[in-house]
Amino acid sequence: MGDAFRTVLLGLPMTLVVTASAFTIGILLGFPVMLGLRSRYAPVRLAFRVAVDIVRGVPPIVWLFLIFFGVQFGAIRMNALTAAIVGLGLVASAYLAEIYRGGFQVLPAGQHEAAAALGIGRYNTFINILTPQAFRTVLPSITNYLLSLIKDSSIASTIGVADMVLLANQYARQNPDMAGIVPFLLAAIVYFIVSIPVALFARRLDSKVEGKR
Amino acid sequence: MDLIQYIPRLLGGLVVSLQLTVIAVVCGYILGLFFALGSTSRRKAIRWSAIAFVEIGRGIPALVLLYMVYFGLPAFGLLLSNFTAAACALIINTAAYSAEIIRAGIKSVPSGQLEASQALGISPTATFINIILPQGLRSSIPALMGLAIMMFQATSLAYTISVNELMSQGYQVSMITFEYLNVYALTGLVYALVAVPSTWLSIAVERRLSRGVSVSV
Repeated sequence: MGDAFRTVLLGLPMTLVVTASAFTIGILLGFPVMLGLRSRYAPVRLAFRVAVDIVRGVPPIVWLFLIFFGVQFGAIRMNALTAAIVGLGLVASAYLAEIYRGGFQVLPAGQHEAAAALGIGRYNTFINILTPQAFRTVLPSITNYLLSLIKDSSIASTIGVADMVLLANQYARQNPDMAGIVPFLLAAIVYFIVSIPVALFARRLDSKVEGKR
Repeated sequence: MDLIQYIPRLLGGLVVSLQLTVIAVVCGYILGLFFALGSTSRRKAIRWSAIAFVEIGRGIPALVLLYMVYFGLPAFGLLLSNFTAAACALIINTAAYSAEIIRAGIKSVPSGQLEASQALGISPTATFINIILPQGLRSSIPALMGLAIMMFQATSLAYTISVNELMSQGYQVSMITFEYLNVYALTGLVYALVAVPSTWLSIAVERRLSRGVSVSV
């Protein structure tokens, strides 16, 4: 049991690396994608809408296989870790762009009008007035997305990233005398423990945002 | 493009994916309703065990849950076929998520409804079954549709325990043709052709349902 636990824990850094990298890509790339979704030009809006819907409509595992097996630069293929980070980062960008968009959507039009009345430029209004407010509204959704990304990072194991699930799987196959459920149960417990700080943070945010209303 | 000849094979996989989705959604939502009711129960034992099931079911990655059922249950003398194991794992996952959605739906029914029924002398059971529950379920419909689409996508995980669904078929075709990029793009397209219009439908349903419902309570 202790042996299984140590093996599973060896995969924890990889789980965290995949999650954190994909999350960072999503947080950064989600912003320009959100701008595309809110563009003034209908064709741009439509193009981004279709792209975001397709990225979200294809299961992450298909993205990972497509990127890992399908994308080549000359004779060089991406390694599994890079492919997993790129794939999950792509999916995260689409989901986070949608979350950001929702945040701007609910801002009262009065904010925009008041800024215009005060003679504040469009760019300044967007960056200094609208964005901070939108960000505060969507912060709980972002932390919730992070919680689901921690779990989705397990999909990286399907293309051979040595995360907790892959090591649990190996351990289960190599030790058939032990009940097969044990290493996965241990992995599940570690996922729980990793999620607790994020969940507590989300709960605190929730009560804060509620209080501000 | 010789891939056209493999399209029937992929569509055969899609049928299995849809079967898994329907099983997970039908059984999962029924179980979810019971767990939602359980988590609002006045009896502490029922309430806490329902909440524990929901939190555990939502906290474990779907892939881990799948492996737990597939590798775990034989130890208890239960030998499941791959398809059944995948269905069981997806049902547990769906039940946990839908319980939370239904619970939130029931909670969103304004308390005035309950008070009005009491004033009219309607019994608590009849109030709940005929007045609170229908309204709560109605407001959960968009989220439940979204969850169904999510579970359709999650069926792709069943590939890992070699259920013959869409992702497995895509994998096998890619191993025959060596056209990885095209085959996975085609596989992804089949998923998207089901998931994207379904998403649009759920948005339309959400708009339709919110018609005539006042936002402030």
